[in-house]
Amino acid sequence: MSTATETIEGFVSKEYKYGFFTEVETESAPPGLNEEIIQLISTKKNEPDFLLEWRLKAYHHWLTMREPNWAKVKYPPVDYQKIIYYSAPKRKGTGPASLEEVDPKLLETYEKLGIPLKERERLAGVAVDAVFDSVSVGTTFKEQLAAKGIIFCSFTDAVQEHPELVKKYLGTVVPYTDNFYAALNSAVFSDGSFCYIPKGVRCPMELSTYFRINAANTGQFERTLIIADEGSYVSYLEGCTAPMRDENQLHAAVVELLALDRAEIKYSTVQNWYPGDENGRGGIYNFVTKRGMAKGAHSKISWTQVETGSAITWKYPSVVLQGDNSVGEFYSVALTNNYQQADTGTKMVHVGRNSRSTIVSKGISAGHGQNSYRGLVKILKGASNARNFSQCDSLLLGNKCGAHTFPYIEVKNTSSKVEHEATTSKIGEDQIFYCNQRGLSTQDAVNMIVNGYCKEVFKQLPMEFAVEAQKLLGVSLEGSVG
Amino acid sequence: MIATQPTREMKVTDPYFKHFERFEKTRSTDGPGWLFPMRKAGLMRFAETGFPTLRDEDWRYTNVAPLASLPFKPVFDSASGFPEARSIRPWPLAQSIGCRLVFVNGCLSPDLSLIPDRNGGVKIKNLKAALREDPDFLHAHFSRYAGNGDNSFAALNTAFFQDGAFIHAPAGSGLTEPILLVFLSTATDGGNTSHPRNLIIAEKGSRLAVFECYYSVNDAVYFTNAVTEVVVGDAARLEHGKFQDESSAAFHMASMHAHLADRCDFRSHSVATGARLSRNNIRIKLDGEGSDCILNGLYLTKGDQLCDHHMIVEHAKPHCNSHEYFNGILDGRSRGVFHGRIFVRPEAQKTDAKQTNKNLLLSDDAAANTKPQLEIYADDVKCTHGATVGQLNDESIFYLRARGIPLETARRMLIHAFAGEIIERIQCESVRNELDRLIWERLEQNPQVAAK
Amino acid sequence: MLEIRNLHAGVEGKTILKGVNLTVQRGEVHAVMGPNGSGKSTLAQILAGREGYEITDGEVIYEGKSLLELDPEERAREGIFLAFQYPVEIPGVNSAYFLKAALNEIRKHKGQPDLDAVEFLALVKQKMKLLDLSEDFLKRPVNEGFSGGEKKRNEIFQMAVLEPKLAILDETDSGLDIDALKIVSNGVNKLRRPGHAQLVITHYQRLLNYIVPDFVHVLFDGRIVRSGERQLALELEERGYEWIIRQEPQLV
Repeated sequence: MSTATETIEGFVSKEYKYGFFTEVETESAPPGLNEEIIQLISTKKNEPDFLLEWRLKAYHHWLTMREPNWAKVKYPPVDYQKIIYYSAPKRKGTGPASLEEVDPKLLETYEKLGIPLKERERLAGVAVDAVFDSVSVGTTFKEQLAAKGIIFCSFTDAVQEHPELVKKYLGTVVPYTDNFYAALNSAVFSDGSFCYIPKGVRCPMELSTYFRINAANTGQFERTLIIADEGSYVSYLEGCTAPMRDENQLHAAVVELLALDRAEIKYSTVQNWYPGDENGRGGIYNFVTKRGMAKGAHSKISWTQVETGSAITWKYPSVVLQGDNSVGEFYSVALTNNYQQADTGTKMVHVGRNSRSTIVSKGISAGHGQNSYRGLVKILKGASNARNFSQCDSLLLGNKCGAHTFPYIEVKNTSSKVEHEATTSKIGEDQIFYCNQRGLSTQDAVNMIVNGYCKEVFKQLPMEFAVEAQKLLGVSLEGSVG
Repeated sequence: MIATQPTREMKVTDPYFKHFERFEKTRSTDGPGWLFPMRKAGLMRFAETGFPTLRDEDWRYTNVAPLASLPFKPVFDSASGFPEARSIRPWPLAQSIGCRLVFVNGCLSPDLSLIPDRNGGVKIKNLKAALREDPDFLHAHFSRYAGNGDNSFAALNTAFFQDGAFIHAPAGSGLTEPILLVFLSTATDGGNTSHPRNLIIAEKGSRLAVFECYYSVNDAVYFTNAVTEVVVGDAARLEHGKFQDESSAAFHMASMHAHLADRCDFRSHSVATGARLSRNNIRIKLDGEGSDCILNGLYLTKGDQLCDHHMIVEHAKPHCNSHEYFNGILDGRSRGVFHGRIFVRPEAQKTDAKQTNKNLLLSDDAAANTKPQLEIYADDVKCTHGATVGQLNDESIFYLRARGIPLETARRMLIHAFAGEIIERIQCESVRNELDRLIWERLEQNPQVAAK
Repeated sequence: MLEIRNLHAGVEGKTILKGVNLTVQRGEVHAVMGPNGSGKSTLAQILAGREGYEITDGEVIYEGKSLLELDPEERAREGIFLAFQYPVEIPGVNSAYFLKAALNEIRKHKGQPDLDAVEFLALVKQKMKLLDLSEDFLKRPVNEGFSGGEKKRNEIFQMAVLEPKLAILDETDSGLDIDALKIVSNGVNKLRRPGHAQLVITHYQRLLNYIVPDFVHVLFDGRIVRSGERQLALELEERGYEWIIRQEPQLV
């Protein structure tokens, strides 16, 4: 038993690989938030008036709001006036940068993170938008995608090149009034990715955004907007890392997805922000609002997330199932170790008839980690024959951690059916013994069991990411065959 | 809006203060000396928290605003008149059970009560008498489990309670016959409020079965605010039940706080059919090793009824089992609310906790809100929960039909079974049979079940 | 007694049965074998009237009637019994109560009077011996908390009580150890009657050592690709399904 426990502890206490810092010349706004800062961000980005007005409305609304306190996370109050709201690597020249003009140091950074941006080394079949602190440094495969009518670019470029689309869709899924962090983001967001898939187009490659926080004392507030027009399909990936620092940094992003008739959006996240050290010092506060609107009939939105980083995670990727026969999915693996805290889950709001949703959540707690699943399934009156199935499992490694499940189920329609199941377990000594008896080491046994436990979620990830996710959890690919 | 909220709450609690002042003048010398400060603390606590609002996480589905706006008329005197024993329609359970305490509008009615001479050494009396006769013993237990911290209604009860049952089974004693506690309202006009208060103590190795029943004579608007404290000693076995069949216009708030020692066996049933708005706060603390606890509930609602069960089961020590089974059958525009939290402390290793809540919606306007929760701080535990809302299981209907049973009969069988699986867990045979019959009749009266 | 003609069926747009033909006469025992996913269980479910399958072509004639037009309970009363592969647990419904209700529905259909509680109990006790079941079985809710073996025995026990004309046994051997298998198949064999028929659906030959069929059919990819006598099952056991598939090049 003691060997098993030791191995489990060894298995979860791995070093953070992405904690380096890149020396680049940056320009930053002074710390603090006020109308001038928002003006500054907007001016820097040469934004049209409607956007500045929208930011200011969001800011004034934010001032009336209070930080949410219902999540099962504890942290000292955030001083929003000490945060730097804009920081960007200095650019040569003006206008949208081409990748050739990007500072080689930045390219090197992404290479070190395993995301080569240079033409010949790029990942085949994956288009990347790389976001460094507050701005996008470059987007690959832009031209190839444009040939199919797909727009994939940084948010900043989208505002310049497609203002009509931004104006039409921005804030339609997550209005700035939605919650405290969404309001803050709407006021100060600096960049992010924008994606539009035209009618009937099946996006030929994975689209991805790689977020990197680099500068100290900055907050990262990116905003992603994906629109899948009728009958289109897109698979989108997102990855995140940050340097190791003793202070906490705020990341408050907003992601909006919109799927029209028969469109499908698959959104995958591997979140590996710096989680803080083994004593709970430092790490990212990850307060994120993600929502998809399955607006059209037969539309589908699927969220997959592997959350291993961040000191605190507050995140509920949601789907509003508005279209008849629409489908919403949420697959999640969340690992909390050391002093990490995660309060994460989803919301499935069924509006349309025959709408279906599936929730599979796998929480793993180790060290002093606190891991909570919080999810809402809401069936509105008109959502006849709506179906939901939720499965929320928790695995505890060690006896100082906590695993919690807080589902909320609200049903107003008789012909609908909602089922929720949850279990909490540990890796059993008998399971490890069984593996030992078949000749596996305890380490391999733990890997295998954790991997098996997460398999339902991993199989939702695109191949590249599935491998990365498994590595992140320290789980080798062998043994996943079972 | 946020700023004005406390003012509004204060206004709502104001009348309670006035009544308390009056109460203080006339009754402060009633009962032992330690009691009055306790009442006052309860009132202060109530004043501090006020009535809960939908913004309170624990009350997000249950709006008590209509209750807060009710004229508050506490019943202080038993003089408000007992009904003739014969004039009251025969209450369910009362016929078959030979041992009962009957409280009318919160005060004991000796005429309607029946305490047999031989009761296996178990003390059965009203709380008022017990406070008079045995104040020191009561001081050690009274309000030690319900406290004032959990919710404002329990605090309000402590401030204003008049009477209730006191049942004390000394070590090794036991009764095989169940004890029935009947709480009857004879209110005819709006606002009458009673605060029944019960204390049940089963000491080491004792055996008891206690069932609380809440009935009314008229279909009036009144408010019952009950608190029951339960202590289960080492290796004691206690079956507790509550049948709430109040008037369909009534408000019913109840708290049951149970404290469990080593190796005990505790089961508590809650069958709710009455009241316009009802809430059951059930708080269990498993504070000894190797105990078993079953919480078992059934709610049938129709019209505009709302029935809320709110449970916290705290595992503080290792090797305990707790199982919760709650089924709801909802018709009309009614709503069923379930909140169940299993809370496992770090030292409570080898906990086995299970929780299920199933809801059957019979009408298009009925709604169910359910929040089964796990909060786990120990790693070697087995905890599961499940919740379903919807219709009868298609597989089961097909299985029955494939054996020749017609569709409508199959539906009916399954609806009865849905209620039956809860009733079946009642161990006390006379209570089980009578509730089974009663629930069957109630379901058969429902056109959604019977006629189709 | 049963004639399946060119049956095509599927679920949610996916075709599973692609033209099944099968004739069963009174007194016969037929085995339908096939690899996983060949459509065996679909066939059983459709014969019992499971909703959710789309019949796209073909017909099923049972005792001169068109079977597919009947509700599941009408089929049961006409003498069709499906022993489920996965018998469903029905909490709260007492086994005896359930079985008595089913039996009396079938008796009513035949124009026989209801059995009263005493008569029913006498009948049931006699049948329970056949399956080696203890009496507390009847007091428990249908299938709830039963082991896999108990569930299967319960299915055959119900069959014994209801005395169907056509019994369809869907993978009755799955999940049974050898002792349970013997008890179950012994029960099935004792229920064999000259006027009745049995359709045994199984993946493995093993069961057919105990329930000896008159005819064996191989179902593959929604069609019966080979029919023969008992010998066919033994050959299959020896050579595997691959053997047949290779011999039918048009299938690959």
